[in-house]
Amino acid sequence: MIAIIDYGVGNLFSLRSSLAMIGTQAEVTADPARIAAADRLILPGVGAFGDARAQLAATGLDRVVKEAAASGKMLMGICLGMQLLFEKSYEFGEHEGLGLIPGQVVDMTPRITPGLKVPHIGWNGLEITKKDHPLMRGLEDGDCVYFVHSYCAVDCADSLVARTEYGGEITAAVARGNVCGCQFHPEKSGRVGLQILRSFCEMEG
Amino acid sequence: MITKRIIPCLDVRNGRVVKGVNFAGLSDVSHPVDLARYYSESGADELVFYDITASAEGRALFTDILREVASTIFIPLTVGGGIRGVGDFERVLSCGADKVSVNSGAIANPELIADAAKRYGSQCVVLSVDAKRVDGAYHVFAKGGRVDTGMDALEWIRRGLDNGAGEIVLNSIDTDGVKKGFDLPMLADVCAFANVPVIASGGAGCAEDFVTLFKEIPKVDAGLAASIFHFGEVSIPSLKETLARSGVTVRRV
Repeated sequence: MIAIIDYGVGNLFSLRSSLAMIGTQAEVTADPARIAAADRLILPGVGAFGDARAQLAATGLDRVVKEAAASGKMLMGICLGMQLLFEKSYEFGEHEGLGLIPGQVVDMTPRITPGLKVPHIGWNGLEITKKDHPLMRGLEDGDCVYFVHSYCAVDCADSLVARTEYGGEITAAVARGNVCGCQFHPEKSGRVGLQILRSFCEMEG
Repeated sequence: MITKRIIPCLDVRNGRVVKGVNFAGLSDVSHPVDLARYYSESGADELVFYDITASAEGRALFTDILREVASTIFIPLTVGGGIRGVGDFERVLSCGADKVSVNSGAIANPELIADAAKRYGSQCVVLSVDAKRVDGAYHVFAKGGRVDTGMDALEWIRRGLDNGAGEIVLNSIDTDGVKKGFDLPMLADVCAFANVPVIASGGAGCAEDFVTLFKEIPKVDAGLAASIFHFGEVSIPSLKETLARSGVTVRRV
């Protein structure tokens, strides 16, 4: 069973449906016991980093997630959920992340070609930097996934698995041991997205 | 590189897809879930569902269909029609919509854009504008393009952006249904200042019209059409083939 961590942000209908589509049982839950019982965790998220981080802390779920990750349980962050995995974010101030993957989250505007629209919204091609990573199984360079974000992860070092090009290089997917994340929305990325979710469900840390 | 999006629009009434030509003379085309699946598999980058039902029963039927579509199709879904308040956002978002498009509802209550953007984020709020040339200016039309509000469309869009609209669908009533191409001058005027994605709507008659759109107005992010897709006049795979051959970056499936 996959636990989709419910800390009061975001619309989880599509994520739940997409996991059902690939034949995986998923439960949206905030219950630490259910999270502990799950085989795998997904940390979703939309909105602002500071608000989401505060929600995670207020519900005590930040500790639950960190402990689960430390125990070796597979964890995937999606969109803002991926950004929360990093050490720090500079979205409207400076916020501590969960610190599960080295790196920081910064405004993409000064890092990309001036004049490009931010948020980065739409389907963009993946450039897979770790071709043999299990999360990227069955994918090819150029496969498109759906992005909606204004901030991006930087200094991810050897955790980078795939990036995309939007007037500069943008982190698309990261992985470090049993913890991984996608900046894009796999649950909204058609066949390619379902393939990534399937891979996550089969991955062993 | 970010791809240009191709978006079929499905007008739904009483559980069926319909399409108006110049907003009149509706005719039944197909079943929404089947059509949505067909489009998704043929490479549509996003789907827009327009609820043109007036009755409460029709509205309930629409959300049932939306839920069914969102359970089986995993590309972005935008929903519009009958969005009057934040409660309507909640209703369709909880059934699997990713974005909600406001038109007459925002004209009647301009606060709606800001309220929804604050609650759900700008990425969720699409401002859909039906515009038509009147006395040398673009006017905003309400009620499915039937009523001239007298408002200047460019001003209205600027205000919508200030209030947090995350995307603009610009539908030109002048070119809608005519099938002679998108309204390039009107689109250029909006793209000159819009800093969010602009989706062109109204006037596509053939694949070449999309090539012209993206080549002439590079700041347009997506092209939306209905009948040419519904009646099979343009197939999405061949459209994307044509676009790719002309040097426009598109997503291939």
